[in-house]
Amino acid sequence: MKAIRYTGLALFLFSLGLLLALFFASSYTLTEQLFNTQVKKEHQELLRPEVASMFGKTYGLSISFVNSLNSAIERVNDKKRAEQAWDQVIYDDYAGSITRAATSGVIKTHTTLLFILVFVVGSIGALMYLLPQAQLAGPPGIKNNGIFHNSLNNRGWMGILVGTLLILFYIALYFFDAYITNWIILVDPVQKLINPSGQSSQWFLYGFLYTFAVLVMGVRMLIKYRHSKYQVFRTISVMFFQLSFAFLIPEILVRLNQPYFDFKNMWPLDYDFFDAWHLNTLTSSGGLGLFMLVWGITLFAVGVPVFVYFFGKRWYCSWVCGCGGLAETAGDPFRQLSDKSLKAWKIERWLVHGVLVFAVIMTAGVLYSFFTGSDTIAGLSTYTWLRQPYGFFIGAIFSGVVGTGFYPLMGNRVWCRFGCPLAAYLGIVQRFKSRFRITTNGGQCISCGNCSTYCEMGIDVRWYAQRGQNIVRASCVGCGVCSSVCPRGVLNLENRDEDGRFGKPILIGNNSSTLQK
Amino acid sequence: MKKIVILGNGIAGITAARHIRKNADHHITVISGESDHFFSRTALMYIYMGHMKYEHTKPYEDWFWEKNKINLKRAWIDRIDFDQKVLHAGEERISYDALILATGSQPNKFGWPGQDLQGVQSLYHLQDLELMEQNTRNIRRAVIVGGGLIGVEMAEMLHSRNIPVTYLIREEHFWGNMLPKEEATLIDNHLREHGIDLRSQTELKAILDDGNGQVKGIETKDGETIDCEFVGLTVGVHPNIALVKDSPVETDKGILVDDYLQTNIEDIFAIGDCAQLRTPQSHRRAIEAVWYAGRMMGETVASTLAGKPTAYRPGIWFNSAKFFDIEYQNYGQVPAECPEDCDDFYWQCIDGKKCLKIIYEKDSFKVRGVNLFGIRSRHEVWDNWLSQEKTLQEIIADLPKANFDPEFFKQWEGEIQKKYNEEFPNHPISIRKPGILKRLFA
Repeated sequence: MKAIRYTGLALFLFSLGLLLALFFASSYTLTEQLFNTQVKKEHQELLRPEVASMFGKTYGLSISFVNSLNSAIERVNDKKRAEQAWDQVIYDDYAGSITRAATSGVIKTHTTLLFILVFVVGSIGALMYLLPQAQLAGPPGIKNNGIFHNSLNNRGWMGILVGTLLILFYIALYFFDAYITNWIILVDPVQKLINPSGQSSQWFLYGFLYTFAVLVMGVRMLIKYRHSKYQVFRTISVMFFQLSFAFLIPEILVRLNQPYFDFKNMWPLDYDFFDAWHLNTLTSSGGLGLFMLVWGITLFAVGVPVFVYFFGKRWYCSWVCGCGGLAETAGDPFRQLSDKSLKAWKIERWLVHGVLVFAVIMTAGVLYSFFTGSDTIAGLSTYTWLRQPYGFFIGAIFSGVVGTGFYPLMGNRVWCRFGCPLAAYLGIVQRFKSRFRITTNGGQCISCGNCSTYCEMGIDVRWYAQRGQNIVRASCVGCGVCSSVCPRGVLNLENRDEDGRFGKPILIGNNSSTLQK
Repeated sequence: MKKIVILGNGIAGITAARHIRKNADHHITVISGESDHFFSRTALMYIYMGHMKYEHTKPYEDWFWEKNKINLKRAWIDRIDFDQKVLHAGEERISYDALILATGSQPNKFGWPGQDLQGVQSLYHLQDLELMEQNTRNIRRAVIVGGGLIGVEMAEMLHSRNIPVTYLIREEHFWGNMLPKEEATLIDNHLREHGIDLRSQTELKAILDDGNGQVKGIETKDGETIDCEFVGLTVGVHPNIALVKDSPVETDKGILVDDYLQTNIEDIFAIGDCAQLRTPQSHRRAIEAVWYAGRMMGETVASTLAGKPTAYRPGIWFNSAKFFDIEYQNYGQVPAECPEDCDDFYWQCIDGKKCLKIIYEKDSFKVRGVNLFGIRSRHEVWDNWLSQEKTLQEIIADLPKANFDPEFFKQWEGEIQKKYNEEFPNHPISIRKPGILKRLFA
């Protein structure tokens, strides 16, 4: 059994190493012929003198190739800006397409083989490492042994290394996608499998890796919490929604010439839902497009209050949501790193509700422009002042780079806790009008602290439990791990009558008529 | 405004301090030699196991104490000057108007040869944890002596580090002096399932010296020797009364207190593990070294010191524990031996990891108490049932109301009710299962 595990780990590390090595595996050559096919006619004359020096020259690293190309384009644009020839400035993103076309090497000649070596072998290795735990780790039950002795789980060198790699990956993904062209090419076979006429983009790569992580780490979660049906059902649910709703269905829709649409995503998390281009796409895509539009609006306008009333925000955050899905699977090893201090809670409330307000204002501005046709409000462009900063700071930096990159440093719900506007909205409903609460079982709490330690949202669960009070917090995503790790059966997630939800702190068991009573 | 000094920053002392602060403006000082801040003693095992760090076991953040004007002092008190109302800590003198002794317990040692060797220890204080960290480094086997709650914790701790454990218990079964035979057997089996080498009816005779003052093994009373590099002595605890042992404060096993938790000396109180009630209620013991009793005594004495003299009246007994993966909850009286005037109703799950035992009076069917293993149950519901003296039949019929297991868990109440109907065909109950919709939108 142990041999199987170590072999699996070796296979997984081999695949991971291969994936990282593939970043360096290609060479990049821009030929004049390639230039002529990739660049628009009207730009060719402008660009040619600047990129001519690149023709026929072979670059060993995507970064240097992309940088040469981009600085060539930038030189043209600087010149045109200086001449105030605004209409000649090049806004097209040529870096991705040209780099991809200029790539040569194993990644192009043996794409499928490499894909198998990285992802098929990698997942086999991961499963060989994970599955024997069902036997080796002993009978089912909470086994958090050694978590705080482990450098990956406890911000040691491994945690910092993984965090750094994740952060770099997200920065490349959002801002320098041409750098990771090799990886984008690597997943092209899957793209072709789902949609033969498609070509993988950085977002397809991201969706694929994301789903891969949710599924593989979902298996880990299923093994770890196999004694708890709540955790098992919940994990299967997030794995299902990620694989089908978030990954496959949108791609299949595209194959059927329908708009790309994730039926479980919703505004304000899906912040471009009300963007003009998106509304135009939906309204011009016939019955299905209109259905998507109505569905998307109904989901947040009716679905959220109704479902949160009956089940709490967990119906979304820890059962359906993609961000939640990653946090609950790939992020589970890091849940204990969330900050439980009162100070962190204060920051959280300002930040997450601030983002919600920002999202509402941004969307209002975008819709104003959509309906009036005016790009400005009081002379300020709604795009430059609202939509663009939101996309950059919240959409990319906060939810991606910080939200996931900081898993091994700040826990697995950084985004959900501090940044997600949808979580803020769900949380407000949950706090004030819901049947959901975590019930504290009388006086049984021993203040051990397992609940607070393993709360990914940084709720100091023990604070309430040890005074015999129910936990009703806006941020609780209902993952149920506090209840799972409680050694005395004190905590239970329940949907019950609203009466008594905000129970007074009473510790059952003491009949002395103290001042408290 | 009185100057109140509390000796001991465990759950009893800290609860007293917090509740005095809530209700009065007294000057409060909590003194501990063990740690700067209150931590959860019950969580010590999780630090060793790597589930938590020490800081996670502190129920309140460090700023809490200053904000609530509770002075914390790190010191060992050498003696009390009762006439001057002054505590001596080395050269330092600390005066008090009222003194609360919450000094906790000390682990028992029964004078075994070799009990002070290196590698032999108990587990009670924070310092014991550090010691255990050192004592268990690179060892091949550990022996634990004493079948109680700390013993099984220690077994789980060592097991989490893959250290083989031989576990000696004097009784026939684990925790045999507290648990009825069926439940104790269930835990025996679970310990063995985890690979614990459980030796029942085995007593320690001596701990063997390797010649350098280090333990090299143990000898049982049957003459068997077991090689080991670590011996955990977990044969119970006794009240820590060293400070007042030969003083005007009356003691027996513990510090004797009246209904108001006051000792024989005015303005000196004792609470928690170290206290011994002179006249305990019929359903409670004179010394109750459990977390919950410490907390309740803390609440109660605080009320008295905040101006409302309050007699200590604990309600229905309750307790809980976890033995490796099996959780245990207890409400009311379930002694190891079923009382003469009582009978028991017992159900055990086919997986051998869950069971329920109800003790009821033979003639009236009034329920005295329940043990639950592997099923979580509602404290409030049982507290009501037991204080209202519900009968076995009433309780079994309503049993699903007490269920506290997480959603989607299999509910065993139907099986339990079926078993009841088989055993009591003369007064059966009707078994109803709530529908799926009812359960979803309960």
